[in-house]
Amino acid sequence: MKQDIFQAIADPTRRTILTLIAIQALTPNVIAEKFDMSRQAVSKHIKVLHECELIKPEQSGREIYYHFNAKKMQEFDNWLAQFRQNWETQFNQLDKVLSTIKKQKK
Amino acid sequence: MNTDLLFDFTVDKAAKTVFITREFDAELSIVWDAFTKQEILDQWVAPAPMSCKTKYMDFKVGGRRFYAMISPEGQERWAIQKYTSITPKTNFKLYNSFADKDENPELPGSEWDYSFSEQNGITKVSITIFNESFERMEKLLEGFKKGFTMSLENLENVLTTLSQK
Repeated sequence: MKQDIFQAIADPTRRTILTLIAIQALTPNVIAEKFDMSRQAVSKHIKVLHECELIKPEQSGREIYYHFNAKKMQEFDNWLAQFRQNWETQFNQLDKVLSTIKKQKK
Repeated sequence: MNTDLLFDFTVDKAAKTVFITREFDAELSIVWDAFTKQEILDQWVAPAPMSCKTKYMDFKVGGRRFYAMISPEGQERWAIQKYTSITPKTNFKLYNSFADKDENPELPGSEWDYSFSEQNGITKVSITIFNESFERMEKLLEGFKKGFTMSLENLENVLTTLSQK
C-alpha cells in the first residue's frame, strides 16, 4: 500500500531525517549513525519516506544517496492551499446567506 | 463583503489537524442556525458550482445528517455527519465519514469541532478538523476540484441566485 504522507510526516524521527536530507543528500549508513537506534529501525523510516516520495534515492558509484524531494512537499502544500481556497469560497457564500437572513429579519 | 473579517487557516501536519477561524458579520443566533439548520446549510456549504443536498438531518446528540455534494455534471458524493456533542449556541462536535448512497459509511472519517462566540455583533466560528489520514483529507477535496475551473463571473451568478433564495 502506498504510504500516507501525513503519517510519514507525523513521526519525529522521520521529520528529523527529512531535515537532515534537506540540507544534504546522505547515504543510509550516514543517516543511521545520527540516531540512537538500530540500523534496521532507521531503514524502516527511510523506506516509509521513500514510499511516499518525500525522498528519492540516487545511485552514485557504489553508494545510494537519499535526496529530499522538494517537489512532493510542494504538491502537498499546493493541495492545502486548494483546501483553504474551498473554505474561503464556502464562507463567502455564507456571508451572502447571512446578510439575506439579516435583511429578512428587519 | 466585509473584508476586515478575520479568516485564519492553519494546518498542523504532524498532528494531522486543520484549524479554521472565521468571523461573520451577524449575531450569534443567526450564525448558529446557518451551521445547524438543514435549509440554510444547503445554501452555502457546497463551494459553487457544486451544490449540496441533505436527505435528512437530525441535529441532536447521536443524530445524523445524511447529505450529498453534487457536481455540475450531477455526480453525487454522499457523506454522513454524526453529532457527538452539542452545547447550544456555543459548540458542537461531529464525526464525518464518506458513504455510499445507501448510507454505508467508508471509515475512517474525521472529527470536527465547531465553537461559536460573539463580540460586538461579530460572530467568530472556530473549526478544528482532525483526520486520521492524509488520504482521507485528499478525498475531502476530490469532490470540490471541478469548482476551480469555472470563471469568477459564473461564480458571482451562482452566489447571487443563492442569496436571492
